[in-house]
Amino acid sequence: MNEVIIATIITISSVGIIAAVILYWASQKFKVFEDPRIDEVEEVLPSANCGGCGYPGCRPFAEACVKADELDNLYCPVGGNETMANVAKVLGKTAAEKDKMVAVIRCNGAPQFRKKTTTFDGALNCTIQSNLYSGESDCPYGCLGLGECVDACAFDAMYMDPETELPVVIEDKCTACGACVAACPKDIIELRPVGKNSRRIFVSCINQDKGGTAKKACAVACTGCTLCFKECKYDAITIENFLAYIDPVKCVLCRKCVVVCPTDTIWEVNLPVRKAKPVIENKSNNIKNSEVDIVAMAKENSADETKANENKTE
Amino acid sequence: MLKTFHKGGVHPPENKLSADKKIETLALPKLVNIPVSQHLGVPAKLIVNKNDYVKVGQLIAEQGGFVSANIHSPVSGKVIKIDNVPDTAGYKRLAVTIQVEGDEWDASIDRSFDIKKDFNSSSEEIIKKIQEAGIVGLGGATFPSHVKLMPPKDSKPEVLIINGVECEPYLTSDHRLMLEKGIEMLVGTKLLMSALKVEKAFVGIENNKPDAIKHLTELSKDFKGIEVVPLKVQYPQGGEKQLIKAVTGREVPSGGLPIAVGTVVHNVGTAYAVYEAVQKNKPLFERVVTITGKSLKNPGNYLVRFGTPVKDLIDAAGGLPEDTGKIISGGPMMGKALNTTDVPITKGTSGILILPDDESKRREVKPCIRCAKCVTVCPMGLEPFLLMTLSEKGLYERSEKEDVMDCIECGSCSYTCPSDRPLLDYIRLGKNRVGALRRARSMK
Repeated sequence: MNEVIIATIITISSVGIIAAVILYWASQKFKVFEDPRIDEVEEVLPSANCGGCGYPGCRPFAEACVKADELDNLYCPVGGNETMANVAKVLGKTAAEKDKMVAVIRCNGAPQFRKKTTTFDGALNCTIQSNLYSGESDCPYGCLGLGECVDACAFDAMYMDPETELPVVIEDKCTACGACVAACPKDIIELRPVGKNSRRIFVSCINQDKGGTAKKACAVACTGCTLCFKECKYDAITIENFLAYIDPVKCVLCRKCVVVCPTDTIWEVNLPVRKAKPVIENKSNNIKNSEVDIVAMAKENSADETKANENKTE
Repeated sequence: MLKTFHKGGVHPPENKLSADKKIETLALPKLVNIPVSQHLGVPAKLIVNKNDYVKVGQLIAEQGGFVSANIHSPVSGKVIKIDNVPDTAGYKRLAVTIQVEGDEWDASIDRSFDIKKDFNSSSEEIIKKIQEAGIVGLGGATFPSHVKLMPPKDSKPEVLIINGVECEPYLTSDHRLMLEKGIEMLVGTKLLMSALKVEKAFVGIENNKPDAIKHLTELSKDFKGIEVVPLKVQYPQGGEKQLIKAVTGREVPSGGLPIAVGTVVHNVGTAYAVYEAVQKNKPLFERVVTITGKSLKNPGNYLVRFGTPVKDLIDAAGGLPEDTGKIISGGPMMGKALNTTDVPITKGTSGILILPDDESKRREVKPCIRCAKCVTVCPMGLEPFLLMTLSEKGLYERSEKEDVMDCIECGSCSYTCPSDRPLLDYIRLGKNRVGALRRARSMK
């Protein structure tokens, strides 16, 4: 019996030793050198694997950072300047600083403003619908409301408002990775700088039709009436194809354009409510509520002007 | 045994309500909207200005590239507007609006009713005429016809196939054209044959049109090289690749064109337009359109000038029925629903179908039960259920490997699915994304 046990032990041990030798040899022979800095860089990245940097995930981005001579063209929008500074520290390079961005929805055509003229009963997907036809309302530019952007968001920073049937961006969670911008078949979503104290003003419409057509399709469409353009003293507003655009760099948040807009298409976000006694808004992200107040205020301020403008545009 | 293709296919109810209605000429509208892009490829370039007076048949936009087509004025009158108007999908496209004044034709057009059978034009002359007349594939795909007649130098066309299948339910415009303009159509076929320098042409007609088969078989005795081929009724036999398989038994390779197997396919409507362009010097500015629907008062076939609003055609057929659910441009299988009835009839409009409310609604989507019916009916041998799943999950590289680009969008899969899944919708999404991937790759 003993002999059998001893033979077994010897056989198995020798097999183990031979295997160990082969494995050691193989590990030396086929060793792949990997820059240890890649691991270090990956550690400081947010590990969201969202693809916002243009690379398939955080590790390929880390590899690109290590390989690159300069970090100028590489930027992690999720981590922002802080993360890029850390990456630069690890690699001993300098990183470019960029303004923090946030996604904004450039359509405010809620059903009460934008009448539905047809119904769509096909597959519930924005791209499919936009390939088939222009949408349920007469505005061929507006939001289709099927939430492909919400599905694309990896950070839960968006939701569909059941009342307006439009997507809403939760500002605190938005990392400006750009997934929603790529997902939207109508190119409605834009990444804009967050702005000073998270305050910004933008035109919430991309309708490029002539004023009359645009207004017939949607009561809150930009008609290209040029009132905001004339009001702006800072050359921040440009009008192209009957559509106003506010340059976020030139805009000084004076809010004069918001008041003159006859269709309430220019939105101000996180700006104090305009009243005799200005009350600074709470840092809430409920854009819609603050919007309603501002819109109501703007209407009061410019009731007379609005009438005159409407006549002009028509 | 009748010839047909052997992979997949369905047989939806035919509903050819207007098959015995003679082609009538629709009254001229007051205003026409003529989009500059009525064909596949580059939009045409406008050559008229506002306030210009144009005659019927006058060139108003010339082709913007090789794969593009001329556009001629279908009416006489004044150009009152050059602006963006909604197309069949609701998107704004550049169009010319002409206010109709009288009906003054360009002097070079032969308006007599004589049938001109003889011709001695060379291949180049015929192709040039076709190109000048702005002829595109009138089966619905609107691919410029002159491009098909100029195959690459290393390939040699052997057979011409004339597509008189009209496999879409409801539509009868090609059927009526074959019955009423048979000789003209066969002369057009002869012209196409000499343009391609081929000796043999087949006219494929499905067996549900026995009168057309009989009529054309008799007429074709006078035309050397033209043979009428009766085909078994099966959808989508009117698809180019399916028709080639059915008539000649040849199979077009994946991603290839019909010329790869020595064939060129043209529609009967195109053959008739070629006759008119070459023999009568008449450019393409009108076509036969079927207006049909179960609850419509007078379904019929009308010769309609391009740019006429769909509304006019519906009014001519007895007005819009009350229970209308969808107005479809094209047939029920491949046609697209319209947003409004203001959109103009264009070169690609083969029919207007009005579906009642209860037939037009999609049913609730249920889970896939893996019955593989979609695989059985796919005429291209694809796996629609798989392609849909891949699109839903965003795995577009994989769907490219599964040959999503070979899909001809016939809709047989969605039609046959017992769970009412929107298979074709998602396959279209896949095609769209894979197309974008391929373009991005070729840019690199």
